[in-house]
Amino acid sequence: MGKKFILIKLVIVALFFGSSLTAQQHNHDHSGHHHDHSSHDHSGHHHDHSGHDHSGHDHSGHDHSGHDHSGHDHAAHDHGSHGHHGPVCGVAHDDTFDAGKTAFHHISDANVYSIGPLQIPLPCFLYAPGTGWDVFMSSKLKFDKIGHGDGGKAYNRYVLDGGSIRRVKDASFPMGDVSISGFVHQDDGYFVCHNNKLYETEAKSTADGGLFGGGITSFYDFSLTKNVTSMLIVTFLLSWLFLSIARRYKERDGMAPKGAQSFMETMFVFIQDEVAKPFLGAQYMKFLPFLMAIFFFILGLNLFGQIPFFGGSNVTGNLGVTMVLGILAFLVTNFSGNKHYWEHILWMPGVPAWVKTILTPVEILGIFIKPLTLMLRLFANITAGHMVIIIFVSLIFIFGDLGNNMGAGYGTAVASTLLTLFMMAIELLVAFIQAFAFCILTASYISAAVEESHEPH
Amino acid sequence: MFFLADFNVIRPDFGLLFWTSLIFILFWLLIGKFAFKPIAQALRKRENDIQGALDEAKAAREEMANLKAENEKILVAAREERASILKEAKEAKNQMISEAKESAKSEANKILNSAKAEIENQKKQALSDIKNQVGIMALDIAEKVIKKDLKSDSNQQSFVESLVNDIKMN
Repeated sequence: MGKKFILIKLVIVALFFGSSLTAQQHNHDHSGHHHDHSSHDHSGHHHDHSGHDHSGHDHSGHDHSGHDHSGHDHAAHDHGSHGHHGPVCGVAHDDTFDAGKTAFHHISDANVYSIGPLQIPLPCFLYAPGTGWDVFMSSKLKFDKIGHGDGGKAYNRYVLDGGSIRRVKDASFPMGDVSISGFVHQDDGYFVCHNNKLYETEAKSTADGGLFGGGITSFYDFSLTKNVTSMLIVTFLLSWLFLSIARRYKERDGMAPKGAQSFMETMFVFIQDEVAKPFLGAQYMKFLPFLMAIFFFILGLNLFGQIPFFGGSNVTGNLGVTMVLGILAFLVTNFSGNKHYWEHILWMPGVPAWVKTILTPVEILGIFIKPLTLMLRLFANITAGHMVIIIFVSLIFIFGDLGNNMGAGYGTAVASTLLTLFMMAIELLVAFIQAFAFCILTASYISAAVEESHEPH
Repeated sequence: MFFLADFNVIRPDFGLLFWTSLIFILFWLLIGKFAFKPIAQALRKRENDIQGALDEAKAAREEMANLKAENEKILVAAREERASILKEAKEAKNQMISEAKESAKSEANKILNSAKAEIENQKKQALSDIKNQVGIMALDIAEKVIKKDLKSDSNQQSFVESLVNDIKMN
């Protein structure tokens, strides 16, 4: 099994990506989430306050029942009626439905775990330089348990807006438990209503340094978020599965595999014999745990994210998660790199000196580009898949005009159910392909780093 | 830009980076050590066992074939030996029969000869007996005749005796 074999494999893999990417482009999918909007759709927020501040009757409840899918995009339009004095608590909003925002909301991480319309509180670990650590359950922020995860309270300036922890920018906002009356989302920022006054909130905690519009936040969210919870569930399930299988191998030594053991063995042997052994040869055992962990971790999370109404977590579709995996692939590759590998990168033998001056920077860039592509490919495939399914479901609300055109709504519901079904089938395939792709490419990078001899070029 | 404000999956977050690293690395190291490696080793052992069993079966088959060939050889040798033994036995039998025939013949001849000699003796004895008897009878007859005619003429008696001796000659 020389280079030739590996090359053929890579070509096959490349074809796979191509097809899967194109497939994604028209389809992507994702299910998991639709439930969300059907049940709530964020209308919640402003409606709540709209009532309560001015007119005096607080019907925070009523919106959910009434216009479910309406709202959500809050604000943005008040300027018409209210002119220019910026956001106002309790303004009425027009009922438009923004499928893009719905999709973004549902693929993003949250501090609540959603099972269908039910929102389950999760532990929050928040750190803000100056104030230090704040540890509490997100239920402390009094969010709606059936609904959208909009908090009714602020704690130490932290609020729960649409299931996510944000922090009030204004340092004059009272610390400790404070009652709040709603949220306003506008083009110029997200706001929270307190005492009939709007306070701007920071973006969700990020580490992007403002690169992708996240801005630099004054706090860091180390909570067990929805994604972390899903990751824990999947990792525990996988650990339990593999530990019990490993025990089976010991107990049933010398016997044929049985049950879950033989089911998982097909996948295990597939990765071992089609990925680890051909690429790494005699050294395969050394890297096998990493490759297996990569494959089953990604596969498990990809599949878990597809379970409708159960968290709908988009873990492998979060750049942070794929970044960690990419960085680890990078570290494992380069720390295993032998002399031959570095020689080829830094001073390629057998080429003229002037070519080396071009080749070396390219090779050095390559070291970083390889894990970068791993990170982006997985992220893009899974996120795109999730979004397409949300958009398909959103079509029902767009064509149904949010309940004003029931005929079109039902018609679209049938069509979009079929489309979603199709997409979910594709996503099932993508879940495997992407896990396999990440694994086999990592194996090929490692194999390049540990390869001893080289054939003549 | 605001449109992207909600697109926060592209914005890595320290918390998620931290938890992902922690969970994945633990999964990798622990499950790698306690599950993936043992499973891979069990698979490798099983593979070796199966290969070993196949090799053994092949060796056993070869041995069987060798044994069979050897048996065949022994059988052929045994058959040849049997044939030669049978041949020898046949020869011995024939020889014995002919020897027996030979001895029986000579025995028979011997018996025949002795019988002939006996018969001859008996005949001779019988003849001499008859001769004596006839002499006595002839003497008696002659006595009676002579008594009647010649009365004890000794010349005549010797004459008769010579006559009787003449008869014996025959």
